[in-house]
Amino acid sequence: MTQDPIDVHDPEIVSAIDRYWRSNVRLMTVLLVIWAAAGLGCGVLFADALNGFRLGGFPLGFWFAQQGSIIVFVLLILAYGLMMNRLDARHHRELERIRRIASRSGEGPTDR
Amino acid sequence: MSLKLWTLSFVAASFGFYLLIAWLSRVRDTSGFYVAGRGIPAAANGMATAADWMSAASFISMAGLISTMGYAGGMYLMGWTGGYVLLALLLAPYLRKFGHYTVPDFVGDRYESNVARLIAVVCAIFVSFTYVAGQMRGVGIVFSRFLEVDITVGVLIGMAIVFVYATLGGMKGITWTQVVQYWVLITAFLIPAIAISFKLTGNPVPQLAMGGRLLEDGLPLLERLDGLHSELGFASYTEPFVGRWDKLNVFCVTLSLMVGTAGLPHVIVRFYTVKSVRAARWSAFWALLFISALYLTAPATAAFARYYMIQSLQGRTEAQLPAWFRSWRQTGLILWLDDGDGRLEYYGGSNPAPARQNEIFRSGNLGSAERAAVEVDHQRWLDSSGVQGADGRQVLSAKGLSGPDRDIIVLATPEMASLADWIIALVAAGALAAALSTASGLLLVISSSVAHDLYYRVINPSASEGQRLAVGRMVIGLAVVVAGLLGVFPPGFVSQVVAFAFGLAAASFFPAIVLGIFSKRVGTAPAMIGMVAGIGFTASYIIGSVYAGMPDWCFGIGPQGIGVVGMLINFGLSLGLTPLFPAPSQKVRDMVESIREPEGAGPALVIESAPEH
Repeated sequence: MTQDPIDVHDPEIVSAIDRYWRSNVRLMTVLLVIWAAAGLGCGVLFADALNGFRLGGFPLGFWFAQQGSIIVFVLLILAYGLMMNRLDARHHRELERIRRIASRSGEGPTDR
Repeated sequence: MSLKLWTLSFVAASFGFYLLIAWLSRVRDTSGFYVAGRGIPAAANGMATAADWMSAASFISMAGLISTMGYAGGMYLMGWTGGYVLLALLLAPYLRKFGHYTVPDFVGDRYESNVARLIAVVCAIFVSFTYVAGQMRGVGIVFSRFLEVDITVGVLIGMAIVFVYATLGGMKGITWTQVVQYWVLITAFLIPAIAISFKLTGNPVPQLAMGGRLLEDGLPLLERLDGLHSELGFASYTEPFVGRWDKLNVFCVTLSLMVGTAGLPHVIVRFYTVKSVRAARWSAFWALLFISALYLTAPATAAFARYYMIQSLQGRTEAQLPAWFRSWRQTGLILWLDDGDGRLEYYGGSNPAPARQNEIFRSGNLGSAERAAVEVDHQRWLDSSGVQGADGRQVLSAKGLSGPDRDIIVLATPEMASLADWIIALVAAGALAAALSTASGLLLVISSSVAHDLYYRVINPSASEGQRLAVGRMVIGLAVVVAGLLGVFPPGFVSQVVAFAFGLAAASFFPAIVLGIFSKRVGTAPAMIGMVAGIGFTASYIIGSVYAGMPDWCFGIGPQGIGVVGMLINFGLSLGLTPLFPAPSQKVRDMVESIREPEGAGPALVIESAPEH
């Protein structure tokens, strides 16, 4: 938070933030689809069908409802945290680059 | 040392520890009081969130609930964990970036309306009081069961402890106490689970052992349990959608609990206490990881204890009954009313042979005098071959008290696994930790809703830091007293209103916050109409169904799952009306822009570093 404030109306920064947001929403959508498929899908909607299969000593639908879905949920948040760390870092580099270019052009072309 | 002495020393030691932490983390400013100075590391916040989340009900009742419901119990497991995915992905990082103190803060600022703020305040207070009443009652029940004191005395002791550490340390004191409480409660939960798992299957990992084979006869546990259930007339343990719970209702309850979890204010505010947006995401991960330690174990304990209970009771005579049965019989959690043949028989609803009747009951809400009267009448009925007295089995099953109390599954498991007295004492300390940690988190939400949202943001915006802190402390003190009173004189509806709390959170906060973050277009009027309609529908449906005996006219969805419909109404109305109303101001659109972006800057940061904060 020690950096200069970002001007949210600068068009280049707006497009960088926009890219960041769209990648975030895309990632989120994928993870939420998995979330629904594991919890509400395998755990509830298809539980009766899945119970025809076995996982070790568990009927599969029952396992999803009482164990599997929870494990999937933990992994989903882990995946989101890790991927957002990377996305945040990329976004940070991008903003830095925009800022560097802006300060360079401010100092004039004699630099080069 | 006797069990009582062990329990007393464990409880006293843990309480002393909580007070010490409160003293060490006492606070002097509102930021410390409401959001712990935003200095809590992600993993510690995860533990605190987990302790906050896992209430007396999760600790004492949930395994028992699963044990009687079988597959359908999974809706609580999925519902109360799946909500964290929604929190981590849809809410926590953005609310942290927004950087205020409370949930009504966000609703009020995003929709630029004090009316919206007030609606949110009322919901937050209602949801929190509903919840906290149950916790205080839980404290009283644990005290009365383990230390044989009156429930009222137990509630008073719990009140005193929470009062001291919540007023002294605010969110900071509560958070660090919850970190300790997490370890107390999870240790107390895991040891008996591992012990009974090892005893029955020889495998110390309950989650694996649940799918394993029994040492006794080499058969798979779950298959054996299904067999016993069909033999004795209970619904199948692993087969879904048998009996009362059809697919639609399991689906709606699961989704309603998930969305409700993500909308509960005492869970959301935890994410304001961490250092950064990134830490908010990680603390959601840690929270669910720590929660899953209990939630993955509870269904295993449920299955083991269910099997063991049936095995060690069915067909036994008085002399053959295990010791745990005798000690819990005294508390009324399990009762045996024999038909005269001297053998205990435990049967479910679909009676296998009409001549046999279930003989296992619980005393439920009956007082000790009423219970004794039923037992005396039953004995007279037996002695006189039905001429005098009354068949206690008919009396109790007419009152809906067939089968043991579900709490016995967790409470008696240490004795079933023949563990030492000090572990049973640890379970008492764990149950108290679970109840107190949840109660304190809820009390803070009540305090911040009144002192911050109502007093500072609406009534007296020029209040000084000192005044605000004093009001915050006063309100939390008052809230402890009200919660205690609700615990001593529980309103009859407490058990049903937990569904209410989740339904309301799902139908009000969740859509309002999600739309506030993911749409820049939804304005004040559509959001408020959506919220009021969602709450109105959900509240009237639950009240109508629970009190007025209204049939479940909405596709047969019961009151527990109706929050989903309320949420859809809220989303539908808000989005449908949006094109007809003006868009929010540029200031709000900038704010939304800034909370979507983790790098600082934008109006949210300006607000956070402004002098009055």
